[in-house]
Amino acid sequence: MATDVAVTDQGHGHELDPNLNYLQAGRGVLSWLVTLDHKRIGVMYLISVLTAFFMGGVFALLVRLELLFQGRTIMGPETYNRAFTLHGAIMVFLFIIPSVPAALGNFVLPMMLGAKDVAFPRLNLLSFYIYVVGAIFALYSIISGGVDTGWTFYTPYSTGTNGSVVSMTLGVFILGFSSILTGLNFLVTMHKLRAPGLHWRRMPLFLWGMYATSIMQVLATPVLAITLLLLAVERTFGLGIFDPALGGDPVLFQHFFWFYSHPAVYIMIVPGMAIVSELFATFTRRAIFGYFAVAMSSLGLALLGFIVWGHHMFTSGQSEFATMAFSALTMLVAIPSGVKVFNWTATLYKGSIWLTTPMLYALAFLVQFTIGGLTGLFCGTLSVDIHLHDTYFIVAHFHYVMMGGTVFGFLGGLLYWWPKITGKLYDERLAKVSWFFVFVGFNATFLVQFIMGSQGMPRRYFDYLPEFGRYHAFSTVGSWILGLGFLIMAWVLVKSLRSGPPSPPNPWGSAGYEWQSASPPIVLNFPEVPTITRGPYDYHLATEEELFDGFPEDRAKK
Amino acid sequence: MSAGHGAEAGHGHGEHPPYLAHHFDTPEQQFDTAKLGMWVFICTEILMFGGLFVAYGIFRSLEPDVFTMAHHHLDRIMGAVNTVVLLFSSLTAALAVREAQLGNQKKTSLYLVITIACAAIFLVVKYFEYTHKFHDGLLPGRCFGHPWFAGSPDGHGGFSGSSTPWYMHILQGDGCFDRTMARPLQVLDLPARGNMFFGLYFMMTGLHGVHVVVGMAILTWVLWRNQKGHFSPEYFTAVEIGALYWHLVDLVWIYLFPLLYLVG
Amino acid sequence: MNPTEPTIQLPGGWSTLSPSVDWTYYFIYWMSVVLFVGIIGAALYFVWKYERSKHPKSEPTGHNLPLEVGWTVAPVIFLALIFHWGFEQYVSMTSPPADTLDIRVRGRKWSWDFEYPNGGHSPELHVPVGRAVRLLISSEDVLHAFFIPVFRVKRDAVPGMYGTLWFRATRTGRAPFYCAEYCGAAGNTPAQDGSYAGHFNMRGEITIQTMQEYLTFEESLLGPHPGESTADWGQRMYRENQCFTCHSTDGTRMAGPSWRGLFGRQERMSDGNGVTVEENYLRQSILDPSARVVEGFQPVMPTYRGTLNDRQIDAIIAYIRTLH
Ligand code: HEA
Ligand code: HEA
Ligand code: HEC
Ligand code: CUA
Ligand SMILES: [Cu+2]
Repeated sequence: MATDVAVTDQGHGHELDPNLNYLQAGRGVLSWLVTLDHKRIGVMYLISVLTAFFMGGVFALLVRLELLFQGRTIMGPETYNRAFTLHGAIMVFLFIIPSVPAALGNFVLPMMLGAKDVAFPRLNLLSFYIYVVGAIFALYSIISGGVDTGWTFYTPYSTGTNGSVVSMTLGVFILGFSSILTGLNFLVTMHKLRAPGLHWRRMPLFLWGMYATSIMQVLATPVLAITLLLLAVERTFGLGIFDPALGGDPVLFQHFFWFYSHPAVYIMIVPGMAIVSELFATFTRRAIFGYFAVAMSSLGLALLGFIVWGHHMFTSGQSEFATMAFSALTMLVAIPSGVKVFNWTATLYKGSIWLTTPMLYALAFLVQFTIGGLTGLFCGTLSVDIHLHDTYFIVAHFHYVMMGGTVFGFLGGLLYWWPKITGKLYDERLAKVSWFFVFVGFNATFLVQFIMGSQGMPRRYFDYLPEFGRYHAFSTVGSWILGLGFLIMAWVLVKSLRSGPPSPPNPWGSAGYEWQSASPPIVLNFPEVPTITRGPYDYHLATEEELFDGFPEDRAKK
Repeated sequence: MSAGHGAEAGHGHGEHPPYLAHHFDTPEQQFDTAKLGMWVFICTEILMFGGLFVAYGIFRSLEPDVFTMAHHHLDRIMGAVNTVVLLFSSLTAALAVREAQLGNQKKTSLYLVITIACAAIFLVVKYFEYTHKFHDGLLPGRCFGHPWFAGSPDGHGGFSGSSTPWYMHILQGDGCFDRTMARPLQVLDLPARGNMFFGLYFMMTGLHGVHVVVGMAILTWVLWRNQKGHFSPEYFTAVEIGALYWHLVDLVWIYLFPLLYLVG
Repeated sequence: MNPTEPTIQLPGGWSTLSPSVDWTYYFIYWMSVVLFVGIIGAALYFVWKYERSKHPKSEPTGHNLPLEVGWTVAPVIFLALIFHWGFEQYVSMTSPPADTLDIRVRGRKWSWDFEYPNGGHSPELHVPVGRAVRLLISSEDVLHAFFIPVFRVKRDAVPGMYGTLWFRATRTGRAPFYCAEYCGAAGNTPAQDGSYAGHFNMRGEITIQTMQEYLTFEESLLGPHPGESTADWGQRMYRENQCFTCHSTDGTRMAGPSWRGLFGRQERMSDGNGVTVEENYLRQSILDPSARVVEGFQPVMPTYRGTLNDRQIDAIIAYIRTLH
């Protein structure tokens, strides 16, 4: 990291005209691979995480297909175990954790700050390459024997099973550093590179979310790193820390793992919430109700997120006192989440609501996150969790928050910033069609899983009792609708890239700072350092000029 | 260290000093940014070592006897020497920063060289410690007391079990990596669980050792830049954060030494 | 307490613990329904009412401190309530009464063994109705978890540690139990009968019966069934202890050597020694499998020490002798 700051930096834009748009400045693959521009790095991340999402999604469809009928459908049990492990691991470590911060965040964060770049551009590029290396390690495990431990890598199963667990854990270990460096970079950028006039009280809520996320990335990820390192060493040398056959303690592994992985679930959701806050503001054309409370609730989640990890271990044999404490603390997490949900709803009140596709994604987020969050309370309640633990109820819970929450937020943000990133508009009508299929497909896939789970269907089961047959079949069909939705979505994006009409700088008429730049932005983001004189949601203070492209329909009227 | 030195340097546009990256407005902003970045990174590092310290704490409280018995096999003298060496190197690192602030390029280099030399001494001592452990079969996990490592009956090291060197076994893929050898043998006077102590010992000192190597690399790079004359009283960021990192490396050792060498 | 009927959400509740757990479950459920309908209802209403064709200009609403404080504090009441009930019930789940009937449960890849108070073993779980039963759970290899949905109980089987759970059944009948902690699979090829072994198949049915029936069952574990020959009993042991997951009787090579023609055969061990298979060797192979490992096989067989008693081992040997 020291490399980053001190080398005399002439600025990557200097050989070129810094007022060119960032896509045109510099041509050829190489100009991308060595770029220090946060926007280009963001785009490279975006391509990577979409690829990862696609891979994870294919594994998900295979998992669902296998469960379509009782008994063997398309693969044997061992292959099934590998399939869901890779699905979970790819989705979590390769897709969702970098999705919002590293891909979209990298692109918009400096622009929202009125900065020219992140604090450490070289470090930013480095973290991208670390991501690539980590991804290669993780994916190598697919061809070198597969991993069948589940994404949780519980010992002693993971120290004994065949397959390339070491390559996968090292991959995740490396990916962790990518995540840490992104978080570090963002934290420092937000502290040191805010444009004049952009004091904390005017920071866009997206940035508050990124701030909270970065704290968790920086403080939780190293613990996962050391845990996985210990696991890899345990596997090769039989260290005797986690493996009971050698005198170790398998429950300790679970503590270590969840000490990271519970904050990790907030590393996943808080960015989703952060995007949704932006979407609500832009498409209601009013300030987020309770701005300060929403901002603070992100920090609240970050802090509380560190002290509830034991709720994944209610049946594991941890001490009863710990169990009680973790259950009580878990309840507290509902409060900041509730603050967000209530404030978003109140923001709709007396707004001027424009139902664009990003807004539909935000509304779907509201619906699904509320379901996912409230079912989290079933899990947090001790006696109820004893019954629900490791059943499909849990699977449904976390897909509602991760897929229904974060991924929906991510997709909303992707479409929202798409014109800024690519300079192209996309086909709104077709996008709404794809939204519809994704929404219906998602709920069809996972709503029934709650019922299955509370009826007692355990998770990670290759096969099931006949009474669960109809639920599984329904869920699988739902996943096809979902897949169809994504295919249409992919088509929408490809079409926009190939033949989308050029976007005006501010197609949504947003008062957000990042929209004051050109679409696509110039290399240095803004022609000169902006001075911030109003909050990002002060529609009543924003000049006509600032909102000038406005809604396309508005423009027609003018 | 104060950042004020850079303040006069570059104001306004177009006349940026060469060391000021394009996305910063003032040198002191750049300096503060770098420093904050390093501090955040140090937090990350501390949590990473924290995981190991927690594991250490738990197993020590569970099996205090094992720790007491096993730690007698660590060489306190060597550990103490290394502690002194590292403490001293931290001092020279701080002095290097001081000299850089004052613009004494030669002295800065001198102190950096001393710091790097100390790091090298540290590693040499560690090398001797490690080889000694290897010879005695004091190894982590399954390798603990493995016949190919196990000490001679008189307890003074040396290979007894086999004429083939241990690394050949490892290279040939048999050796102690055989997963089925679940129960480690008894080593010298140690209980079998001594393997866990040495597992932790090698993990903790090993990870620390990696940090020493990285620190040396960073300091060497700083030295190189200093020789090139990149630094001035206005701009010495790299020296500062390189030294910060080195203090972290030192700090971790300050905890490792008593925890591992002075248990009893 | 009476057993409760199954609903669309929960299977029937057959233990004294289940009514209170179900109550908490439904409390959270209805609380969630009300909150969800309230929040999403309001949101949809606003979307409809303030859609921009109807409401082209947004109006800032400013602050409303009481409202904000209200929805921050009000949830606390509900949260405290559900935490309290959940914890209270958890405490009763983890504190069995004094006079329990204790059954040892051992999990291993991929079957359960139940050891009854009289020392008998069986892969079947039978419990008496109305009597508090305590399961003392452990694992011989990796993590498993013992899960009986109708009783609303679950507990991990951790190697090197005992876990307990208890229940008092409120009706007779049969209900499924599962392994709820992921523990792998035996590969992609099915066994002779076309079934697969793995985490998903580490399940069975619990039989809840009257005390009288239960005692008869327990008694039957100790010897051959009436009219059963020793070799037949041995064959039953072969089935019940799931030796067939690794040993065939028709010469097919599986994870372990086939038993066909085993007795009297010359075996080579992985340490190079030869062995003629006779009673002592078989006995040792069952009780301490890793002591002498047949060449070409992995030492994956678990020990059956403590699971099979001497008479049972005799019966198995008698059975093996019949396999020419
Ligand atoms: C994005 C990811 C994400 C998010 C945001 C959450 C959010 C929450 N999760 Fe979830 N969870 C996961 C991802 C996530 N979870 C994953 C991946 C697993 C499984 C891992 C595995 O085993 O593989 C899991 C598992 C899991 C468990 C373990 C279950 C088990 O294995 O037995 C528990 C237990 O307490 C739990 C609880 C919660 C709670 C209380 C919240 C809360 O944060 C929810 C808060 C939100 C609300 C409550 C809704 C909105 C609030 C209101 C409307 C206010 C009004 C409320 C009241 C009046 C009560 N989760
Ligand atoms: C971010 C996290 C995430 C996401 C998004 C998903 C998405 C999905 N998951 Fe996943 N899942 C997990 C994380 C996630 N999952 C985790 C952590 C586990 C636990 C693993 C374990 O037990 O160890 C799990 C487990 C899990 C199971 C349980 C397996 C078991 O316990 O036996 C199931 C079963 O139905 C399932 C299904 C699905 C489905 C159908 C989707 C769908 O939503 C997927 C939809 C996506 C697609 C269909 C992709 C299609 C894409 C295109 C067609 C191209 C689009 C291209 C562009 C837009 C450019 N998942
Ligand atoms: C998980 C798989 C597995 C199960 C279950 C299993 N075994 Fe084995 N068994 C093996 C393997 C592998 C070997 C060969 C290696 C060895 O000798 O340990 C073996 C060897 C044996 C041998 C020696 C065979 C010979 O050719 O010398 C006997 C006898 C035996 N098992 C009996 C049993 C009995 C009785 C049971 C059930 C009560 C049983 N096994 C269950 C895997 C298993
Ligand atoms: Cu045993 Cu899952
Ligand atoms: Cu959690």
